[in-house]
Amino acid sequence: MSRARTAARADRRPLSTSLPQQTLHVVSGKGGTGKTTISVALACALATAGRRVLVCEVEGRHGITDLFGRPPLDRAEEPRLSRTPSGGAVHGLAIDAEDALLEYLESFYHLGFAAKALDRFGAMDFATSIAPGLRDVLLTGKVYEAVRRQAKGRDDAYDAVILDAPPTGRIAQFLNIHEAVSGLAKVGPIRSQADSINAMLRAPTTVVHLVTLLEDMPVTETEEAIDQLRATQITVGTVIANMVRSMPLSDGVLQTFADGNGKLAVPGFDEADNKILAAEFGIEATRTVDHRRRRAVLDGFGKPVAEVAFDPGGIDENAVFAIADQLQDQMQLERRR
Amino acid sequence: MTTTASAQPEVLDVDALIADLRVRIAVICGAGGVGKTTSAAALALRAAEAGRKVVVLTIDPARRLAQSLGVADLDNTPRPVQGIDPTNGGSLDAMMLDMKRTFDEVVLAHSTADSAASILENPFYVALSSQFAGTQEYMAMEKLGQLHTEAVESGAWDLIVVDTPPARSALDFLDAPEHLSSLLDGRFLKVLLAGARGPFRLVSVGFNLVAGALNKILGGGLLTDLQTFIAAFEAIFGGFRERATQTFQLLASPQTTFLVVATPQRDALREAAYFVDRLSDEGMPLAGVVVNRVNRTSLDVSAERALALAEDLDPTTSAIEIAALRQHADLVRVIENEQLLLDRFSAHRTTVPRTSVTALPSDVTDIGSLRRVGALLADRD
Repeated sequence: MSRARTAARADRRPLSTSLPQQTLHVVSGKGGTGKTTISVALACALATAGRRVLVCEVEGRHGITDLFGRPPLDRAEEPRLSRTPSGGAVHGLAIDAEDALLEYLESFYHLGFAAKALDRFGAMDFATSIAPGLRDVLLTGKVYEAVRRQAKGRDDAYDAVILDAPPTGRIAQFLNIHEAVSGLAKVGPIRSQADSINAMLRAPTTVVHLVTLLEDMPVTETEEAIDQLRATQITVGTVIANMVRSMPLSDGVLQTFADGNGKLAVPGFDEADNKILAAEFGIEATRTVDHRRRRAVLDGFGKPVAEVAFDPGGIDENAVFAIADQLQDQMQLERRR
Repeated sequence: MTTTASAQPEVLDVDALIADLRVRIAVICGAGGVGKTTSAAALALRAAEAGRKVVVLTIDPARRLAQSLGVADLDNTPRPVQGIDPTNGGSLDAMMLDMKRTFDEVVLAHSTADSAASILENPFYVALSSQFAGTQEYMAMEKLGQLHTEAVESGAWDLIVVDTPPARSALDFLDAPEHLSSLLDGRFLKVLLAGARGPFRLVSVGFNLVAGALNKILGGGLLTDLQTFIAAFEAIFGGFRERATQTFQLLASPQTTFLVVATPQRDALREAAYFVDRLSDEGMPLAGVVVNRVNRTSLDVSAERALALAEDLDPTTSAIEIAALRQHADLVRVIENEQLLLDRFSAHRTTVPRTSVTALPSDVTDIGSLRRVGALLADRD
């Protein structure tokens, strides 16, 4: 793999000329599909020479830092987590709804004192937990703030922001801020903040990528998420099929092994070993035939599909860079058409 | 004795657990996407076929599994599952949790018709009962309490198997009921409530600050909605904390046991570790850890040797052998990686029993495949 990666890196073009100006990439997927890994890999792919990219998590799972073998992020800090092989920087931010509300009250209303009083009453907890949609407005609001820094020409601006978003089951609701606050605020600053976030999420600079495995539930949920997002007019970017295994053989050959009728003749193996290997290969063949069928289903969704290869060695920082290379190549091809 | 350096954990004996009639509640928890629902259904089926009278509360089963269990229609009522083997005198009912409906029923049961109506249509209640991140956990607990009461009263069931919601963190299941009851019973609401009762009773600086800030940010109408919600909800506030406490006691009692589900992946094991440690800290009854989708091989050939063999073969005549050997090499690497993660997990938790369920080539969608998963769960290897 490392040889292929080096070759791929040698003729890579600067990303800024090959990708459109997408400044916010939202990554969702069913639980267990690897959306945090893909979020971080996408951040690395976008962090080419001289670029600064921020990856945000909103669910307090500390998955981002874990990939880099670091302790959880401190609140409201945006430390650099990695310098990518191509010379960009990936920063991380864990967004917390109560912190976001305090920050919001302080910066927009200079209500630092009142906010602290509110906090003592448990109001922050109440507001961010129960007020309809407020939590999601606050979380996406912080992302909005990070994205907006670029237009404001600030020193701490990012070239791209990645949001490791809630899973597919909740993604449309999470992003549909407008709908969410309709019961909460009909006028006033929360409403206008929601309107701004809304506009940003529907702009061509924002895309939602959906991570899936080639398995039943994740593919079904991906399709449902695409339908739900269509209704919100938020752009779905790429469907990313994760942990795809390569297999050069035809369906016919695989089906023979899946049915238990395949025979192998590995020199040096006795008959028993050849039988065990054939049975083991039969399990993989069954899985591959299923995966190929679902891969075809993904094509039917009418969205570009990128494939990320299964890594038998597990996921660490180097594996993330390898995935970043794959994403960069495929999502680049997608733009050239 | 093999050369493995790490101590092997105890084996989780699922059949002994099923046979232990003192166990009346089994709670299945773990991170999202690790196969909680399948494990819950497989355990319930195996217990039923071993002679227990079982009800399984599922949260969000895959559509085809739901159809197999007969719970595709969301009606919040346990229904008998078709196709089980009743030879040993057991039975299996299944239900799927309807979160909002369960909450509505709690409101209806604890308030007058008039106040119930005003609660049910209040925007804060609508958000709380349909969107609040902890409501599903709370309602799963609520439903568990109801099923437990019904089981004790009617004798219809002697084992309740509870699947837990696909939370952002496995710990939400333990924390959400407490969080929700503290929200609904907390100091903030008492202050607002005092405000709602009459303008002259409360002149505290604190409240004016609170109300002022809220009005400024949210606009006036909202505060009125909130106060209506609180006033209408007041009657059942006390009940919330009491019920959360009762449920917690039920969970901590010897008749309950927890099974933590994971897969041999870093994220899932980290969540499982948090949960196992937390249960130990709180003295909650932990049966053990179920590790789903564990890969295995019975071919004693290393990844290196398989790749070397593949390298020596002629691709024009031995393409299938090459593919099979490479597949085996990948599998061995996966197994090594999984074992490393599992060894690390168990190194500090040697007293936590563990069982592994071999990765299946296809989805678990019918009673037959659930039975197979149940057998794998109970397999003491």
